[in-house]
Amino acid sequence: MSTVIDAPKKVKKIKAVKSHGADRAFTSPIASAVVTVIAVLWTIPTFGLFVTAFRPNEDIRSTGWWTVFLHPKFTWDNFHAVLFAGGGSIGSQGMIPFAVNSLAITIPAVVLSVGFGLMAAYALAWIPFRFSDHIFYGLFALQGVPLQLSLLPLLTFFATGVKLFGVTIIPSLHIVGTLASVWLPHVMFGMPLVIYLIHNFVAALPREIMEAARVDGANHFEVFRRIVLPLSIPALASIAIFQFLWIWNDLLVALVFAGGTDDVAPLTLHLANLSGNLGSHWENVAPAAIFSIIIPLIVFLSLQRFFVRGLLAGSVK
Amino acid sequence: MVTWSGLLSNAAPKLFQIFAVLAIFFGIYAAAFAYGARIKGKSQSKIALVIFLVPALILAMTGLGIPAIQTIMESFKNADSSKWVGFKNYAVAFQDPEIVRTFINTFAWVIISPVIVTALGLTLATMLNKMKREALAKTLIFMPMAISFVGGSLIWKFVYGYNDPGTPQTGLVGQILTWLHIDPPHLLLWSPWNNGLLMIVYIWGFTGFAMVILSAAIKGIPAEIEEAAQLDGATGIKMFRTITVPMVRNTIIVVLTTAMVGTLKLFDVIHTMTGGNFKTDVLSNRMFDENFVYLNYGRGASLAVLIFLGVIPITYYNIRSLRAERKR
Repeated sequence: MSTVIDAPKKVKKIKAVKSHGADRAFTSPIASAVVTVIAVLWTIPTFGLFVTAFRPNEDIRSTGWWTVFLHPKFTWDNFHAVLFAGGGSIGSQGMIPFAVNSLAITIPAVVLSVGFGLMAAYALAWIPFRFSDHIFYGLFALQGVPLQLSLLPLLTFFATGVKLFGVTIIPSLHIVGTLASVWLPHVMFGMPLVIYLIHNFVAALPREIMEAARVDGANHFEVFRRIVLPLSIPALASIAIFQFLWIWNDLLVALVFAGGTDDVAPLTLHLANLSGNLGSHWENVAPAAIFSIIIPLIVFLSLQRFFVRGLLAGSVK
Repeated sequence: MVTWSGLLSNAAPKLFQIFAVLAIFFGIYAAAFAYGARIKGKSQSKIALVIFLVPALILAMTGLGIPAIQTIMESFKNADSSKWVGFKNYAVAFQDPEIVRTFINTFAWVIISPVIVTALGLTLATMLNKMKREALAKTLIFMPMAISFVGGSLIWKFVYGYNDPGTPQTGLVGQILTWLHIDPPHLLLWSPWNNGLLMIVYIWGFTGFAMVILSAAIKGIPAEIEEAAQLDGATGIKMFRTITVPMVRNTIIVVLTTAMVGTLKLFDVIHTMTGGNFKTDVLSNRMFDENFVYLNYGRGASLAVLIFLGVIPITYYNIRSLRAERKR
């Protein structure tokens, strides 16, 4: 994900050139058709599962979802089954506790990674010290470490502490099987990218403001609280949305760190297990899948503008 | 049976935990800020560095730096990490036909899907530029970004669903093939084409992202350049080839490399749709299975290191362009 952010180098807001007749007439109808076809193709699969989630069980098994246009017949029963009846693979309390787990993993992970990220970005951008550049490039390089490389050692660390060459560096945290053992890895894995993104933004704050504040006798903590934090809110919001979707939708970290217990399993993990256990019981899998995408979809659709801006953070100056 | 009291007794401690974590975090930092602000003079910067930067560095090092070193060492040890075995894990990996298959699949993924994602994203971004209802089309194509790859995989598993020929089809692809008088195969078992069907899920999920990034770059092309080209008579495809592509070249490379890293690490789609069966396994999923199913840590580590080796050239390239940019 890392590199995306410095994508469009100097994006300026420029009024679109008014296309002239001939040019438009040539490209427009074909382009419209292609775009329409792709937009429809992109939506149909989700729409199909969405419709299926509302169809009676016997209909799901005997006919395709597209037949509802001829014989419309809908029911809430499937949602009722996965949310309020529960039992079996769905879990004794249905799907809702897993949504709570997702929230309890995602919210601390987002707030802490953005919080630590902002402070570190400020330090790297505005506190001059000797190894500042080295640390910045080092962190950037850590973005290249695939999290696959750190899953098992980190799991061991949570159980028995950090040992390097046989020497205990950090003692065990005793958090295996807790929510913290799922959100803490997210905070750690997110650090390099979050710092990099926020640094792009914070480093671009006007030097005059910072220097004026320092001349007035403000220390780093005051500058951070009174100037950097308020000015960074829009950038932080967009990065927070990005992190939210990333963490909410994660499967691999959840499998490794919450794999053993339903107590802390997020929605994605439960959904993956569910589809493994229930196979083609689409009357359960479909509503469960639709339920799992509701919250990120609401977050995404309502905050879409900020989200896109976040992806371009720092490069849009 | 789900009951309100059951839900509440389950949710209450977790919601309290969210609150507690945030309260502790902000509490500690309020105290640290109050303490740091009282320190005057030269050591102020040092205290600020400790409070601002050190926690993040510790998190990054314990989460990524140290574990990466440990995994690299693990990869030279045997299954239960009790003995050094040199390059044996790597040698075995390159001989085991199943793992060789995962190399081939991963390679195909890394080459094919990023190219399609980028090409499709660029085409869409160009076509959508200045089009009516641009926002609606963009939202629809971008939407899979909000859907987890687990959810997306299930959505597509349903599209690819199999029913015996002659019986009513419930999968969309099966139905379309039936309408065309073709007996639908069991799509997810249909090697090697099932790999392509899985790639479609990734392409579906990632194209919107590529489109949005490239679209921002295209809108950044100065209007004068486009106008000058138009005066010279460039239209449609010629305009695309001579102006758009060269002007957003850097962004194209960024999108392409990002997608490459993404596919190299790809896990969710394979795990959810086929579990790596039917000759669809890739490195990341195999690494997971070696570690957590076969409990062969040495080999799992060696596969993780191979993913890392694949990412290194791209990271190196990115650091180089970052430095070049900073110098400017």
